[in-house]
Amino acid sequence: MIAIIDYKAGNLTSVARALQSIDESFVITDDIKKLDAATHIIFPGVGAAGEAMANLRRKELDSWLTGWIKTGKPLMGICLGTQIILDYSEENETKCIGLVRGKTKRFPDDLNIGCRKLKIPHMGWNNVSFNRDHPVFNDVPKEAEFYFVHSYYPAPEDDSLVLGVTDYGISFCSVLAANNLVAMQFHPEKSGRPGLQILRNFCRWRGNA
Amino acid sequence: MLSKRIIPCLDVRDGKLTKGIKFTGNVDIGDPVDAARAYYEQGADEIVFYDITASADGRDIMIDVVRRVAQRIFIPFSVGGGIRNVEDMRRVILAGAEKVSVNSTAVTDPKIITQGAKAFGSQCIVLGMDVKKVEMSGKIPSGYEIVITGGRKYTGIDALWWAKEAEKLGAGEICLNSIDADGTQNGYELNLTALISENVNIPVIASGGAGKPEHIAEVLTEGKADAALIASMVHYRTYTIAGIKKYLNEHQIKTRLYW
Repeated sequence: MIAIIDYKAGNLTSVARALQSIDESFVITDDIKKLDAATHIIFPGVGAAGEAMANLRRKELDSWLTGWIKTGKPLMGICLGTQIILDYSEENETKCIGLVRGKTKRFPDDLNIGCRKLKIPHMGWNNVSFNRDHPVFNDVPKEAEFYFVHSYYPAPEDDSLVLGVTDYGISFCSVLAANNLVAMQFHPEKSGRPGLQILRNFCRWRGNA
Repeated sequence: MLSKRIIPCLDVRDGKLTKGIKFTGNVDIGDPVDAARAYYEQGADEIVFYDITASADGRDIMIDVVRRVAQRIFIPFSVGGGIRNVEDMRRVILAGAEKVSVNSTAVTDPKIITQGAKAFGSQCIVLGMDVKKVEMSGKIPSGYEIVITGGRKYTGIDALWWAKEAEKLGAGEICLNSIDADGTQNGYELNLTALISENVNIPVIASGGAGKPEHIAEVLTEGKADAALIASMVHYRTYTIAGIKKYLNEHQIKTRLYW
């Protein structure tokens, strides 16, 4: 069973509806017993890092995630869920979970392409250039685009964890992967057919990249 | 590189689809859920629903429409019309919409923008602006005035000032509709669109006047818009979204071509 971690960070139901559409059964829960029983964990999130971390700590879900990652079972981070698995986020100057060394940074305010100032948040459809193959991205064509909405981006210390990069004035890490963890800045549940394919692949993945 | 977005707009009344031309003479053209699914399959990047229902019963029907749409499309969509307070926003967002748009209510009660942004994040709050060209004056220095209640009531508010103010209040995006161009199919109001887009740091969706792909190309380049709202030109099947996107890409305007 897939479990979606419920920590009151944004609208988890969109991930749930996407899973329904591909006939995957799941639970949305903050109950550690139910989470322990899951085969796969999806860690979504919309909102701000400070409040998200406070909610996780209150329920001790931060330390639970640290334990889960050691089991070798699959974990997927989405958007804010990806940002706060690093050590630290510049958003609200927040100490985060630290499953991955590195920090989440804010886009610089003076991003330009040519003479055109880029708007923040980075919102809309953009490409991801993949550095290597990964089972969670099987059958996702390279011309596919994904839906982003964010002002911060993950910057892992170890470059080898960067699976995909996206260009928005700067080139930033939009997908990172380490062993049984795969985490993306975009929203697969809002990225049409390619996004649903990613979710479908994740549900079949055993966590060995 | 970020793609420019093509966004069909669906007007809904009492749970059924309509298409307004200059806000009068609406004609029913079908079921909003089926229409949303069809546009999703045809490559829409996002969908805007505008609920013109007046009654409370009708609004409950709309929440049901939102819920059913959310089960069938997996791209972002927004809902506007009849949003009076944060509770209305919450109902729409919990039913599955990514974004809510506020228009007249934000003019009469600007704190709804801040409250909405605080509750759901700025990315959820779209400011809808209906704008009419007027003579430049001390009160309306840009020569563009905000009108409300479906284009009938002049507010004495300068459109450029209001766009900047709404950004400060926490709006995450602006949907900018030219009342003069709306329904004409003669092209977007390019000056207005460029003026607003260059003076805010949030995305601007251009609305009103789209009649052919050239118009969309213009507003995404000269008009500096981040996205283009379309209605009649696809509702009546004169053009397809895929065809429009192909045209744009051939003219060096990047749009999402794989879906």
